[in-house]
Amino acid sequence: MAERIGVYVCHCGSNIAGTVDVEEVTRWAAENLDGVTVAREYRFLCSSLGQAMIAEDIRKHELTRVVVAACSPHLHERTFRRACEMAGLNPFLLQMTNIREHVSWVAKHRDTATEKVKVLVAGAVARVAHHEPLEPTPVAVNPATLVVGGGISGIQAALELADAGYPVYLLEREPSIGGHMAQYDKTFPTLDCAACILTPKMSDVGQHDNITLLTYSELEELSGSIGNFKVRVRKRARYVDEEACTGCGLCIDKCPRKVIDTVFEAGMGYRKAIYTPFPQAVPRIPVIDTKSCIWFERQRCRACEKLCPTDAIDFDQQDEIREIEVGNVILATGWDLFDCRRVPQYGYGRLANVFTSLEFERMCNASGPTGGRVVLRDGVTEPKSVCIVHCVGSRDAHYNKYCSGICCMLSLKLGHLVIEKTDAKVYACYIDMRPNKKDYEEFYQRLLEEGMLFVRGKVAEITDVARTPNEEGMLVVQVEDTLLGKQRRIPVDMVVLMGAIEPRRDARETGLKVGVSCSMAGWYIERHPKLDPIATMTDGVFIAGACQGPKDIPDAVAQGAAAAARVEGMISRGTVLIEPVIATIDEDKCSGCRVCNNLCPFNAIDFIEEEKVSRINAVLCKGCGTCVAACPSAAIAGAHFANNQVEAEIEGLLWDVTGGDGRRAAQPEPEPAATDA
Amino acid sequence: MERERFEPKIIGFFCNWCSYRAADGAGTARIKHSPNVRVVRLMCSGRVDPTFVLKALSLGADGVLIAGCHPGECHYIEQNYKTVRRYEMLKQTLRQFGISERRVRLVWASAAEATQLAAAIDEIVEDVRTLGPLNWQSNLAEPNHLDEVERILHEHAEAMEVAR
Repeated sequence: MAERIGVYVCHCGSNIAGTVDVEEVTRWAAENLDGVTVAREYRFLCSSLGQAMIAEDIRKHELTRVVVAACSPHLHERTFRRACEMAGLNPFLLQMTNIREHVSWVAKHRDTATEKVKVLVAGAVARVAHHEPLEPTPVAVNPATLVVGGGISGIQAALELADAGYPVYLLEREPSIGGHMAQYDKTFPTLDCAACILTPKMSDVGQHDNITLLTYSELEELSGSIGNFKVRVRKRARYVDEEACTGCGLCIDKCPRKVIDTVFEAGMGYRKAIYTPFPQAVPRIPVIDTKSCIWFERQRCRACEKLCPTDAIDFDQQDEIREIEVGNVILATGWDLFDCRRVPQYGYGRLANVFTSLEFERMCNASGPTGGRVVLRDGVTEPKSVCIVHCVGSRDAHYNKYCSGICCMLSLKLGHLVIEKTDAKVYACYIDMRPNKKDYEEFYQRLLEEGMLFVRGKVAEITDVARTPNEEGMLVVQVEDTLLGKQRRIPVDMVVLMGAIEPRRDARETGLKVGVSCSMAGWYIERHPKLDPIATMTDGVFIAGACQGPKDIPDAVAQGAAAAARVEGMISRGTVLIEPVIATIDEDKCSGCRVCNNLCPFNAIDFIEEEKVSRINAVLCKGCGTCVAACPSAAIAGAHFANNQVEAEIEGLLWDVTGGDGRRAAQPEPEPAATDA
Repeated sequence: MERERFEPKIIGFFCNWCSYRAADGAGTARIKHSPNVRVVRLMCSGRVDPTFVLKALSLGADGVLIAGCHPGECHYIEQNYKTVRRYEMLKQTLRQFGISERRVRLVWASAAEATQLAAAIDEIVEDVRTLGPLNWQSNLAEPNHLDEVERILHEHAEAMEVAR
């Protein structure tokens, strides 16, 4: 049965018609292309009148296929599909071809542009004849959500979903939620105490009926697809019975083994072998670190067990595997600090009084290792001068090219804390000052007034090798002051390095588990950097907070809330429609070679042992078509991008060579060299 | 009489996410470039079956441009690596056909790289213009296949010792 194809060429005002002879194209299409029943040009096809015209033509002329030659399908494919649907034609029986962005806006000459549009229309007409009607599959959405990461972003997402009445699993690797924000003393620019604003939210999470808090836990495996994920979580053994523990802390008090806390205290302080990361931990249930516990080391002690008033210590506890089912996943896994030892000329790790930003935060924190006093590594001496070095590992071709976004503000905040707590002189060596959000510039002005000294220059070296008597026993910051045009050697007592914000060391691994890829820099890739920063290419998996890119707390909170809102929208609709542009395997043709199995990044292809054929899970398939191209038996059909459709399009695009009915047009004379090997 | 300048016909296979959007971006930014590349929109560069390329060339295209997302940025995570593998094997086949690998090119273009894609389009067009028309039908399709076989048998009779 011959198709009845309607061809519509848009003027788009003068955007297309100004360069392309649209009337000529329309006339030519009607006359030359097979199957064209009606061909029209119109000023603005995307307008309601334009769409109505197409819909009416479909009904009046009993059209079975529609071609629209206009702007990019990324803009209006949905619009014209809807127009077809309005007239009772399956929306996938439409083909759009781009004659604006790809032709009229980039063409140099009217005649070549018009000729190009002709072949593009010919390609679309040839292709659309092979289109098949397709229906999307509705899938029910499980109202439960998994939030991976209990930092401020994950906490926000979890609270929003839970407050909306939906169940949430909040998964956190450390024994307590809180993330990096729990380590800070104050937050810029308001100088709010970080714990004071964070702990109420942490409490809410701990007490919320709708939130199942899984701390000291790891994500092991995720399978399934949007609306219907199955997650395997490993709840690591705390060796403490969570039901019996009251959080009294006696065990921690009495534990004889003290070790350096490299995680929460950033190596600046100690914790016991049985510990909670910080006093306001949620949950307040301690954890036994098997690497430092005397019992696990040499079968002695067990003091905690003897002294616990509720018998909550359980040395026989095992890791627990939990299988949970959720409809959506939000990744809010946060960031790691740049390892400043990678910049040897700054002396971190070698020169005692060079600190990282996190170490310095812990020092400033009132419940930190020095009780909030700013002192040198000896724990006693107050510095008389401090230099803060910007951009350590950021904006640097050797380490990370990107700007970490928060360090300028962090430097101002730390500078302020030094000025508040000591009489020290504070220098900051910067490349640019980037206080670019609400009240940030004002905070910079405040620090200028407080007397913080800013040197514009990237620090070359920090050394303890003195050249002059007044440098003896000091750390010397060698920097070119580019505003003065002079090299400076600034002797100080203490240096604080603003290390870069980096993706988590195992971000890529976690991403692979859930089907999210990382950019070259290691941040999770969002669906669209401008217009969709919280969704990913995997439906049902969202990203929020610093794992998507360096950002401050307000932005991390906003993204957590945004991800929660997106998920809430889906849950309230109840179902999502799975795109029908997917691949299917003709099991009669499948030879069981399994070449396709490993090609799918979404693990959508299974091999059925009993029948010795491969089968594609329609809900997991994203329709990339790689398996379609790979199958040696041509057993895999790619809906809407089938071989016959693409080949017909290629043939149509070469209309000026092959002609409409396969006749060969006159070829130009071959050059003397017949082949060009 | 001056011969008309040869205008290459090039079929482009662009992936929906990065390179097609880059081409759109070139349009939005009004970056003028050669009109010789006729674009086939596919969801992923991994969909490009090498037979598509050969079909395009055999139907009269003088060149093919495959464009996809940068490695590590594929919308479908890693399918563009499969494109690379296929492309390398395709180049071997083309070499055996006696077709210059300059005619079939694989480029990466992110959605933000409109300028670079326009430049890549101009570059392949000029390169293929220098190479001249491919003329698959005249050069590679044998109208009388058996005659050609007879001729080869004659020429290489001693070496091949084929029974006739």
